[in-house]
Amino acid sequence: MLKRLRENKSAQGTLLISPTLIVMIGLLIIPLILTLIVSFGQRSPDGNVIYSFSLDNYIRLAGFSTDCTGGASFCFNPLYAQILWRSLALAFNTTVLVIALAYPLAYFIARAHPKRRTTFLFLVLIPLWTNFVIRVYAWMMLLRKEGVINIILGWIMGLLRIPFTPLEMLYTPGAVLVGMVYEFLPFMILPIYTSLEKIDNSLYEAAADLGANSIRTLLRVTLPLSMPGVVAGTILVFIPVMGTFIVSDILGGRQVILVGNLIQRQFLDARDPTFGSAASLILMVLTLIVTYFYTRKFGFGEEIVVA
Amino acid sequence: MASEFAVELRDVVKKFITPEGSEMAAVDHVTMQIRNGEFFSMLGSSGCGKTTSLRMIAGFEWPTEGDVYIEGKPMGHLPPFQRNVNTVFQSYALFQHMTVFQNVAFGLEMEGASKDEIARRVGRSLEMVQLTGMDRRRPRQLSGGQQQRVALARALVKTPDVLLLDEPLGALDLKLRKEMQLELKALQQQLGITFIYVTHDQEEALTMSDRIAVMSKGKIMQMGTSVEVYERPANRFVAEFIGESNFLEGKVKSVKGDQAVVDVPAWGEELIGIATGKVKAGDDVSVSIRPEKVRLTDKQGIKENSLEAVVTTSTYIGSDTHVYLDVRGQRFKVWEQNRISTLDPRAYYANGQKVWVTLLSENTLILPKA
Repeated sequence: MLKRLRENKSAQGTLLISPTLIVMIGLLIIPLILTLIVSFGQRSPDGNVIYSFSLDNYIRLAGFSTDCTGGASFCFNPLYAQILWRSLALAFNTTVLVIALAYPLAYFIARAHPKRRTTFLFLVLIPLWTNFVIRVYAWMMLLRKEGVINIILGWIMGLLRIPFTPLEMLYTPGAVLVGMVYEFLPFMILPIYTSLEKIDNSLYEAAADLGANSIRTLLRVTLPLSMPGVVAGTILVFIPVMGTFIVSDILGGRQVILVGNLIQRQFLDARDPTFGSAASLILMVLTLIVTYFYTRKFGFGEEIVVA
Repeated sequence: MASEFAVELRDVVKKFITPEGSEMAAVDHVTMQIRNGEFFSMLGSSGCGKTTSLRMIAGFEWPTEGDVYIEGKPMGHLPPFQRNVNTVFQSYALFQHMTVFQNVAFGLEMEGASKDEIARRVGRSLEMVQLTGMDRRRPRQLSGGQQQRVALARALVKTPDVLLLDEPLGALDLKLRKEMQLELKALQQQLGITFIYVTHDQEEALTMSDRIAVMSKGKIMQMGTSVEVYERPANRFVAEFIGESNFLEGKVKSVKGDQAVVDVPAWGEELIGIATGKVKAGDDVSVSIRPEKVRLTDKQGIKENSLEAVVTTSTYIGSDTHVYLDVRGQRFKVWEQNRISTLDPRAYYANGQKVWVTLLSENTLILPKA
C-alpha cells in the first residue's frame, strides 16, 4: 500500500489535497447548493422554508413587486438594485482610495533600510491584532456628534471665535467609506510591498542611466513592475468590501445599507432565508463577474507568489 | 571632443558608513585619466574600489572629496540621467515587463526621439549585437548571453561618450565569456567609444584593455598597458595579482640605472635584476621571477646565474609542464613549454630529478613592497 503510494504521483497529490477537499466540499460546495435550493423556495408565515421552484425572490430582487401601495396589482421599485449598486460603488471607491494610500507607504517601506523594513511592516500589522468590531467601534467614538473630532474642532473654533455646530459625520456614506479604507488598508500594503521589494535596485539605476528622471522611472518601471501587487491587493480588498456588513452596520446605521446588511437582516431580523439566499447568490455572481473581467485584464497577481 | 580625456578622476575619495557605524574609504584619493577612445579596465578583487569608482562616473554615487570630470566638465552631484555615459550592469538590469525592442528603445524615448528614429536606431543597435529578429521576445525568454547583448544594445543605442561596463561577462560560462571578450573589443574599436571596464578577472583585463588600473583597498597600485603591468609590475601586489610569480625576499645592495643588486639570504646569493619602482640601497624588496621565464637545463649553464635544484612535483597540463622545484630549500615553480611532441617520459621531468635553473637578469624583477 505504502509502496504503491510512493510510486504513484497522482495518488500522492490526491492524498495531499484531500483534507482541504473534504472541508471545501462539506463547508462550501454543499452549503452553496443548499443556498441555491433555498433561494428558489418560499417563506412560510412562521419563517420556515417551503421548498418549491419559484422565481419570486429573484423577481423581488430585481425590483418588481405585487405588494404595492395605492392598490396597484404590479409595481416597480429598484430598492435592491440601488443597494447592490451602492455596494459596488463603495467597494470600487474603497479600493481606489486604499491603493492611493497604500502605494506610497508600501514604496517607502520597500525603499527603507532592510533593518527598518521589519519594524515598519510590524507597525502595519499592529491594528490587525485588535478585534475587527472594536476597531470599527473606535471610529464611532471619533466620528459621532460628541466624538473626538468634533470636540477638537469645537475647541479650535472656540479659540478662533468662530461659531461651530458639531458636524454630522457618523451614519453617513463618508463614515462607511472611511471605516472600510481603514479596515482594509493593510491588505493592500502587504502585497504591494512584496512586489516593490522584489524590484532590484539596479533597475532604478538602469532607468536613471538611460535618461529617465524619477517621475518617468515611477511611471515606466516601478508601477508596471509592481502591478502584480496592486492586482493581488485589489482582489483582497474588493471582494470582502462587497460582502461585509459590520462596518456599514456600525458606522452607517440605518442610513447606509449594503448588500451585506440586506442579507444579514433577511436571515436574522426578517427571518426570510429564501430571500437572503437569493441576495447572497446575486452578490456572489456580481462579485464573480467583476473579478472575472478584472483578472482577465490584469491576472491574479500570481507573479508575486511565483516569481 | 572638448577634452583630451573622456573621463578624469581628480583625487577622488568615497567614504561609506559601515554597519558598525565607522567610516570606511571605498575609494581613497584616486586620480586617473582615461583617454578618448580608450579601452580602460579597472582590475582588482572585490572591495578594491573599482565598482564604486565606476558608479561615481555613472552618477549613482557622488564623491565625498574630489570630483569626476567627463569631457572636461566637473560632474559634481549631477544625476545619472544628465550624464552622457551609459552603463552595462553586472545583473544586466533588463526591464522584464518590456520586450527586447522596448528595452532598447527606452533610452531613446527618454530623449524624445521620434518613432521612426527609434525604430531605425533600435534596429541598428540590435543588429550590432547580432540580435536581429529577437525584438519581440521578453528578456526571460533569452539565454544569459543574449540578455547580456540586450543590455549592451540598450546602452549603446544612446551613443554615449563613454560606456561603463560593470563585470558584464561575470555570469557567462567560460567559452561564451572568451567569445564575448573578443566581440566587445572589436565593437569598441569599430565604434571608437571609450569603454571603462570593471573586472576581477586578470586575463579578461589583459586580453581587452589598452590600459589597466590595478586597484587594491581603494587605491591604484599601478596604471599601464597589459604588457607594462605584467612585465614591469610596480610592486609586489601587482606581480602577485596578475599572473604567477616566484617571490624571494631580499635587501638591495646597490642600484645602477634601472638595475639593482639584491642580497637574497634564503639562497645565500646575490641576484641582479631590474628595479621596476624606486628602490635604494638598504631597502627591503621582493624579487619576482615569472615561472615561464626560467630555463631548466640538465647541465650547469651560465655560471653566475645557475642554481642546482631538485624536482619535487611535475604536472603535465598539455601545452605546458608545471615543474615544482626545491632550490636550496625554497619552493620554486617553472612552466616549461612542451615544444616537442613526444611520449618519452624523460622530456617531462621526474620527481627527484636533478636540474639546473638559469635566471636571467632581465627576467628578475626587483619590486618595492606595497
